[in-house]
Amino acid sequence: MRIYTCKEATRLVLESHDRGLSWRERLGVRLHLLFCNACTRFAQHMRFLRTAVRRFAGQHGDASQETLAPPAKERIRHALRKHQDKR
Amino acid sequence: MGKTPTTGIRLSRPEIWLDEHGDALYRYARFRLNDAALAEDLVQETLLAALQAQGSFAGRSTERTWLIGILKNKLIDHLRKTCREITVDTGSDEDLDALFDNASRDHWRSPPSVWDNPPAALEQKQFWAVLSDCLSALPARQAQVFTLCEMEGLDGSEACKVLGVTTTNVWVLLHRARLRLRECLENHWFNHGKGA
Repeated sequence: MRIYTCKEATRLVLESHDRGLSWRERLGVRLHLLFCNACTRFAQHMRFLRTAVRRFAGQHGDASQETLAPPAKERIRHALRKHQDKR
Repeated sequence: MGKTPTTGIRLSRPEIWLDEHGDALYRYARFRLNDAALAEDLVQETLLAALQAQGSFAGRSTERTWLIGILKNKLIDHLRKTCREITVDTGSDEDLDALFDNASRDHWRSPPSVWDNPPAALEQKQFWAVLSDCLSALPARQAQVFTLCEMEGLDGSEACKVLGVTTTNVWVLLHRARLRLRECLENHWFNHGKGA
Protein backbone atom coordinates (compact mmCIF):
# COMPACT_ATOMS: atom_id res chain seq x y z
CA MET A 1 0.00 0.00 0.00
CA ARG A 2 1.22 3.44 -0.97
CA ILE A 3 1.91 5.97 1.78
CA TYR A 4 -0.17 9.15 1.49
CA THR A 5 1.44 12.54 1.10
CA CYS A 6 0.44 15.30 3.55
CA LYS A 7 -1.86 16.78 0.94
CA GLU A 8 -3.66 13.50 0.31
CA ALA A 9 -3.98 12.80 4.01
CA THR A 10 -5.34 16.29 4.67
CA ARG A 11 -7.92 15.96 1.92
CA LEU A 12 -9.11 12.68 3.38
CA VAL A 13 -9.27 14.15 6.88
CA LEU A 14 -11.52 16.87 5.47
CA GLU A 15 -13.66 14.34 3.60
CA SER A 16 -13.96 12.13 6.68
CA HIS A 17 -16.27 14.83 8.07
CA ASP A 18 -18.58 14.55 5.05
CA ARG A 19 -18.59 10.88 4.13
CA GLY A 20 -17.49 7.55 5.54
CA LEU A 21 -13.99 6.69 4.37
CA SER A 22 -13.27 3.20 3.05
CA TRP A 23 -11.23 0.95 5.35
CA ARG A 24 -8.28 1.35 3.00
CA GLU A 25 -8.48 5.15 3.23
CA ARG A 26 -8.91 5.05 6.99
CA LEU A 27 -5.90 2.80 7.40
CA GLY A 28 -3.83 4.95 5.06
CA VAL A 29 -4.70 8.12 6.99
CA ARG A 30 -3.92 6.45 10.31
CA LEU A 31 -0.54 5.29 9.06
CA HIS A 32 0.26 8.77 7.82
CA LEU A 33 -0.79 10.42 11.08
CA LEU A 34 1.41 8.00 13.02
CA PHE A 35 4.48 9.64 11.52
CA CYS A 36 3.26 13.16 10.82
CA ASN A 37 2.78 15.74 13.57
CA ALA A 38 1.54 18.46 11.23
CA CYS A 39 -1.34 16.39 9.85
CA THR A 40 -2.14 15.03 13.31
CA ARG A 41 -2.56 18.59 14.52
CA PHE A 42 -4.69 19.40 11.49
CA ALA A 43 -6.99 16.45 12.26
CA GLN A 44 -7.29 17.58 15.89
CA HIS A 45 -8.10 21.12 14.79
CA MET A 46 -10.89 19.85 12.54
CA ARG A 47 -12.42 17.84 15.38
CA PHE A 48 -12.22 20.83 17.67
CA LEU A 49 -13.77 23.10 15.04
CA ARG A 50 -16.75 20.77 14.73
CA THR A 51 -17.25 20.64 18.50
CA ALA A 52 -16.96 24.41 18.82
CA VAL A 53 -19.36 25.18 15.98
CA ARG A 54 -21.97 22.69 17.22
CA ARG A 55 -21.79 24.17 20.71
CA PHE A 56 -21.99 27.66 19.22
CA ALA A 57 -25.06 26.73 17.15
CA GLY A 58 -26.68 25.26 20.27
CA GLN A 59 -26.37 28.60 22.02
CA HIS A 60 -28.46 30.17 19.25
CA GLY A 61 -25.97 33.01 19.25
CA ASP A 62 -27.03 34.05 22.72
CA ALA A 63 -23.41 34.67 23.67
CA SER A 64 -23.29 37.54 21.22
CA GLN A 65 -25.50 39.87 23.30
CA GLU A 66 -26.79 41.42 20.11
CA THR A 67 -30.34 42.73 20.20
CA LEU A 68 -32.86 43.94 17.67
CA ALA A 69 -32.26 47.58 16.89
CA PRO A 70 -35.11 49.75 18.29
CA PRO A 71 -36.24 51.01 14.85
CA ALA A 72 -36.44 47.43 13.56
CA LYS A 73 -38.39 46.41 16.64
CA GLU A 74 -40.87 49.22 16.07
CA ARG A 75 -41.22 48.26 12.43
CA ILE A 76 -41.97 44.66 13.37
CA ARG A 77 -44.39 45.71 16.11
CA HIS A 78 -46.21 47.85 13.59
CA ALA A 79 -46.41 45.02 11.04
CA LEU A 80 -47.76 42.63 13.65
CA ARG A 81 -50.39 45.09 14.83
CA LYS A 82 -51.53 45.79 11.29
CA HIS A 83 -51.83 42.08 10.69
CA GLN A 84 -53.86 41.53 13.86
CA ASP A 85 -56.19 44.43 13.12
CA LYS A 86 -57.06 42.85 9.82
CA ARG A 87 -58.32 39.72 11.54
CA MET B 1 -65.08 21.78 23.22
CA GLY B 2 -64.24 20.86 19.68
CA LYS B 3 -60.70 22.19 20.07
CA THR B 4 -57.80 19.81 19.88
CA PRO B 5 -56.81 18.97 23.40
CA THR B 6 -53.41 20.48 24.15
CA THR B 7 -50.90 19.19 26.61
CA GLY B 8 -48.77 21.20 28.97
CA ILE B 9 -47.55 24.49 27.65
CA ARG B 10 -49.84 27.20 26.38
CA LEU B 11 -48.88 30.16 24.28
CA SER B 12 -48.68 33.60 25.76
CA ARG B 13 -50.45 36.53 24.14
CA PRO B 14 -48.95 37.34 20.71
CA GLU B 15 -48.51 40.98 21.73
CA ILE B 16 -45.66 40.06 24.01
CA TRP B 17 -43.85 37.63 21.68
CA LEU B 18 -41.75 40.39 20.21
CA ASP B 19 -40.55 41.58 23.61
CA GLU B 20 -40.10 38.08 24.99
CA HIS B 21 -38.42 36.37 22.06
CA GLY B 22 -37.55 39.05 19.49
CA ASP B 23 -33.90 39.38 20.50
CA ALA B 24 -33.34 35.64 20.70
CA LEU B 25 -34.89 35.09 17.27
CA TYR B 26 -32.84 37.93 15.89
CA ARG B 27 -29.59 36.50 17.28
CA TYR B 28 -30.41 33.08 15.90
CA ALA B 29 -30.88 34.46 12.39
CA ARG B 30 -28.19 37.12 12.57
CA PHE B 31 -25.67 34.61 13.65
CA ARG B 32 -26.35 32.29 10.76
CA LEU B 33 -26.73 34.90 8.04
CA ASN B 34 -24.21 37.67 8.69
CA ASP B 35 -26.81 40.15 7.57
CA ALA B 36 -28.61 42.30 10.12
CA ALA B 37 -31.35 43.65 7.82
CA LEU B 38 -32.19 40.20 6.54
CA ALA B 39 -32.25 38.81 10.07
CA GLU B 40 -34.75 41.52 11.05
CA ASP B 41 -36.96 40.62 8.08
CA LEU B 42 -36.90 36.96 9.04
CA VAL B 43 -37.93 37.77 12.61
CA GLN B 44 -40.91 39.68 11.26
CA GLU B 45 -41.87 36.88 8.86
CA THR B 46 -41.54 34.36 11.65
CA LEU B 47 -43.79 36.25 14.04
CA LEU B 48 -46.39 36.82 11.32
CA ALA B 49 -46.33 33.14 10.44
CA ALA B 50 -46.61 32.29 14.14
CA LEU B 51 -49.70 34.49 14.47
CA GLN B 52 -51.34 32.51 11.71
CA ALA B 53 -50.22 29.17 13.06
CA GLN B 54 -51.17 29.73 16.72
CA GLY B 55 -53.94 27.19 16.46
CA SER B 56 -51.56 24.42 15.50
CA PHE B 57 -49.30 24.86 18.52
CA ALA B 58 -49.46 21.48 20.22
CA GLY B 59 -47.90 22.46 23.51
CA ARG B 60 -45.23 19.83 23.24
CA SER B 61 -42.38 22.34 23.18
CA THR B 62 -41.80 25.70 24.77
CA GLU B 63 -42.98 28.80 23.01
CA ARG B 64 -39.37 29.76 22.28
CA THR B 65 -38.57 26.40 20.69
CA TRP B 66 -41.73 26.58 18.62
CA LEU B 67 -40.82 30.04 17.30
CA ILE B 68 -37.22 28.99 16.59
CA GLY B 69 -38.59 26.05 14.61
CA ILE B 70 -40.62 28.41 12.42
CA LEU B 71 -37.61 30.68 11.99
CA LYS B 72 -35.45 27.74 11.01
CA ASN B 73 -37.82 26.86 8.17
CA LYS B 74 -37.88 30.48 7.02
CA LEU B 75 -34.11 30.50 7.04
CA ILE B 76 -33.78 27.33 4.98
CA ASP B 77 -36.39 28.69 2.55
CA HIS B 78 -34.38 31.84 2.20
CA LEU B 79 -31.14 29.98 1.52
CA ARG B 80 -32.93 27.82 -1.02
CA LYS B 81 -34.15 30.88 -2.91
CA THR B 82 -30.88 32.79 -2.90
CA CYS B 83 -28.81 29.77 -3.81
CA ARG B 84 -30.91 28.72 -6.76
CA GLU B 85 -28.67 30.46 -9.31
CA ILE B 86 -25.43 29.43 -7.78
CA THR B 87 -23.01 27.59 -9.96
CA VAL B 88 -19.79 26.67 -8.29
CA ASP B 89 -16.57 26.01 -10.07
CA THR B 90 -16.28 22.43 -8.96
CA GLY B 91 -13.15 20.60 -9.84
CA SER B 92 -10.08 21.34 -7.89
CA ASP B 93 -9.71 22.34 -4.30
CA GLU B 94 -7.41 25.28 -4.94
CA ASP B 95 -7.54 26.35 -1.33
CA LEU B 96 -6.22 22.97 -0.32
CA ASP B 97 -3.59 22.96 -3.05
CA ALA B 98 -2.31 26.33 -1.90
CA LEU B 99 -1.38 24.93 1.51
CA PHE B 100 1.15 22.51 0.10
CA ASP B 101 4.41 22.81 -1.73
CA ASN B 102 4.34 20.82 -4.95
CA ALA B 103 8.08 20.96 -5.31
CA SER B 104 8.73 19.05 -2.10
CA ARG B 105 6.35 16.12 -2.43
CA ASP B 106 3.36 18.09 -1.16
CA HIS B 107 4.65 19.02 2.25
CA TRP B 108 2.92 21.74 4.29
CA ARG B 109 4.11 25.21 3.38
CA SER B 110 3.33 26.35 6.88
CA PRO B 111 2.25 23.47 9.12
CA PRO B 112 -0.67 23.87 11.53
CA SER B 113 0.66 25.03 14.87
CA VAL B 114 0.13 23.49 18.30
CA TRP B 115 -3.09 24.80 19.86
CA ASP B 116 -2.83 25.34 23.55
CA ASN B 117 -5.66 23.72 25.52
CA PRO B 118 -8.59 24.01 23.09
CA PRO B 119 -11.22 22.73 25.58
CA ALA B 120 -10.45 25.71 27.83
CA ALA B 121 -11.27 28.06 24.94
CA LEU B 122 -14.84 26.76 24.92
CA GLU B 123 -15.32 28.14 28.42
CA GLN B 124 -14.29 31.66 27.50
CA LYS B 125 -16.71 34.28 26.27
CA GLN B 126 -14.06 36.01 24.22
CA PHE B 127 -13.48 32.83 22.23
CA TRP B 128 -17.08 32.80 21.00
CA ALA B 129 -16.71 36.38 19.83
CA VAL B 130 -13.62 35.39 17.82
CA LEU B 131 -15.41 32.38 16.32
CA SER B 132 -18.35 34.59 15.45
CA ASP B 133 -16.04 37.06 13.68
CA CYS B 134 -14.38 34.22 11.81
CA LEU B 135 -17.78 32.92 10.65
CA SER B 136 -18.79 36.42 9.54
CA ALA B 137 -15.63 36.69 7.48
CA LEU B 138 -16.51 33.65 5.34
CA PRO B 139 -17.54 34.36 1.75
CA ALA B 140 -21.35 34.22 1.45
CA ARG B 141 -21.55 30.95 -0.43
CA GLN B 142 -19.26 29.09 1.95
CA ALA B 143 -21.11 30.53 4.91
CA GLN B 144 -24.48 29.35 3.54
CA VAL B 145 -23.32 25.79 3.02
CA PHE B 146 -21.49 25.72 6.32
CA THR B 147 -24.57 27.01 8.13
CA LEU B 148 -26.84 24.38 6.61
CA CYS B 149 -24.50 21.47 7.22
CA GLU B 150 -22.75 22.28 10.47
CA MET B 151 -25.32 24.38 12.30
CA GLU B 152 -28.68 23.16 11.04
CA GLY B 153 -27.28 19.66 10.84
CA LEU B 154 -28.35 18.87 7.28
CA ASP B 155 -26.18 16.21 5.71
CA GLY B 156 -24.38 16.82 2.43
CA SER B 157 -27.10 15.42 0.20
CA GLU B 158 -29.88 17.34 1.99
CA ALA B 159 -27.88 20.53 1.62
CA CYS B 160 -27.53 19.77 -2.09
CA LYS B 161 -31.29 19.56 -2.45
CA VAL B 162 -31.75 22.87 -0.70
CA LEU B 163 -29.01 24.60 -2.64
CA GLY B 164 -29.44 22.81 -5.93
CA VAL B 165 -25.79 21.94 -6.30
CA THR B 166 -23.92 18.65 -6.54
CA THR B 167 -22.36 16.81 -3.62
CA THR B 168 -18.87 17.61 -4.87
CA ASN B 169 -19.71 21.29 -4.84
CA VAL B 170 -21.00 21.13 -1.33
CA TRP B 171 -17.85 19.34 -0.20
CA VAL B 172 -15.54 21.79 -1.90
CA LEU B 173 -17.36 24.70 -0.25
CA LEU B 174 -17.35 23.00 3.13
CA HIS B 175 -13.65 22.24 2.87
CA ARG B 176 -12.86 25.83 1.98
CA ALA B 177 -14.93 27.06 4.89
CA ARG B 178 -13.24 24.67 7.33
CA LEU B 179 -9.75 25.59 6.13
CA ARG B 180 -10.51 29.27 6.51
CA LEU B 181 -12.05 28.88 9.92
CA ARG B 182 -9.08 26.82 11.12
CA GLU B 183 -6.68 29.47 9.96
CA CYS B 184 -8.79 32.26 11.39
CA LEU B 185 -8.97 30.63 14.84
CA GLU B 186 -5.26 29.93 14.74
CA ASN B 187 -4.38 33.53 13.88
CA HIS B 188 -6.92 35.30 16.05
CA TRP B 189 -7.14 33.06 19.06
CA PHE B 190 -4.56 30.33 19.52
CA ASN B 191 -1.54 32.22 18.19
CA HIS B 192 -2.85 35.63 18.97
CA GLY B 193 -0.28 37.74 20.75
CA LYS B 194 2.42 35.12 20.34
CA GLY B 195 4.20 37.18 17.72
CA ALA B 196 5.22 35.83 14.34
